[in-house]
Amino acid sequence: MKQKTFLLSGFVVSLFLAGVVSFYASSNPDGLEKVAEDIGFIETAKDHTYADGALADYGVKGIDNARLSTGAAGVIGVVATGVISTGLFMVVRRKSGSER
Amino acid sequence: MHIPDGFIDIPTSAAFAALAAGAVAISLKGAKSSLDDKTAPLAGLTATFIFAVQMLNFPVAAGTSGHLLGAALATVLVGPYVATLAITIVLLLQALLFADGGLTALGLSVFNMSIVAVWVSYAIFLLVKKILPKTKSSITAAAGVAAVISVPAAAASFVLQYAIGANATFSVSSVLAAMVGTHILIGIGEALITVFAVGAVLASRSDLVYGYKNQKASLEIRSAA
Repeated sequence: MKQKTFLLSGFVVSLFLAGVVSFYASSNPDGLEKVAEDIGFIETAKDHTYADGALADYGVKGIDNARLSTGAAGVIGVVATGVISTGLFMVVRRKSGSER
Repeated sequence: MHIPDGFIDIPTSAAFAALAAGAVAISLKGAKSSLDDKTAPLAGLTATFIFAVQMLNFPVAAGTSGHLLGAALATVLVGPYVATLAITIVLLLQALLFADGGLTALGLSVFNMSIVAVWVSYAIFLLVKKILPKTKSSITAAAGVAAVISVPAAAASFVLQYAIGANATFSVSSVLAAMVGTHILIGIGEALITVFAVGAVLASRSDLVYGYKNQKASLEIRSAA
């Protein structure tokens, strides 16, 4: 498979998972949260500094439709992660032509 | 396993933040040798895919869910140093943009997921790869075993932090039993996703896979000698 096709397919799959499939994810507490509830140390948790942020808890503030809100937050996250991480790795990489 | 603020006291959080920062600095140096024009975009895609799949909580036991951690997946695809950086970027964005994982707890979470889970994955992957025949499916299998173990390893690392600096006073042994037990179950889901994703990349672009390339490289060196 060509590099371009490969990267594009991976990116589209990521967009689809975060933008569409994420709506169907389980909303039960995750492992750590459940253990904290069962044992009792959940009481020591503090609210997140950005609990009222525009994208808090993977939803876009102002979009009332849950499916759209989660999907849009997922798409924003995928694009942000893609741009920032690829940018960083391109900066860190060995430049072509340099010693292997 | 994103830790909220408040579970662990500030001095302990600060100490682990310092450890995590040191490990990330070392990883930035170490990552250089495994990143080139072809693998750097794969590393970016790996971080992006992990962010997406971390949104997909799957049910594990009564009232509990889990999601991919991604340490074994990233380690096999892009190597341990780059994996540390990829997962750290995901954790930073989740905390800063999506209010997932407390800000004072970031060092704790990075330590557990970007460092402990990654290096445990790498050790298990190398070990299993050594035992199995040198084929593509062995790479996938070794990635799966690494994935299963990496999740309870990260959970145990949280328990270490809890033992050192919890703000609560519940017994460490009960937290250890509950954390490891629950996360072995989540580890099974982790392994399924990891096997599927590593298998897909090996089938389409095995030349990019760190854990497979190294195997070929060492074989070439041996045959040249």
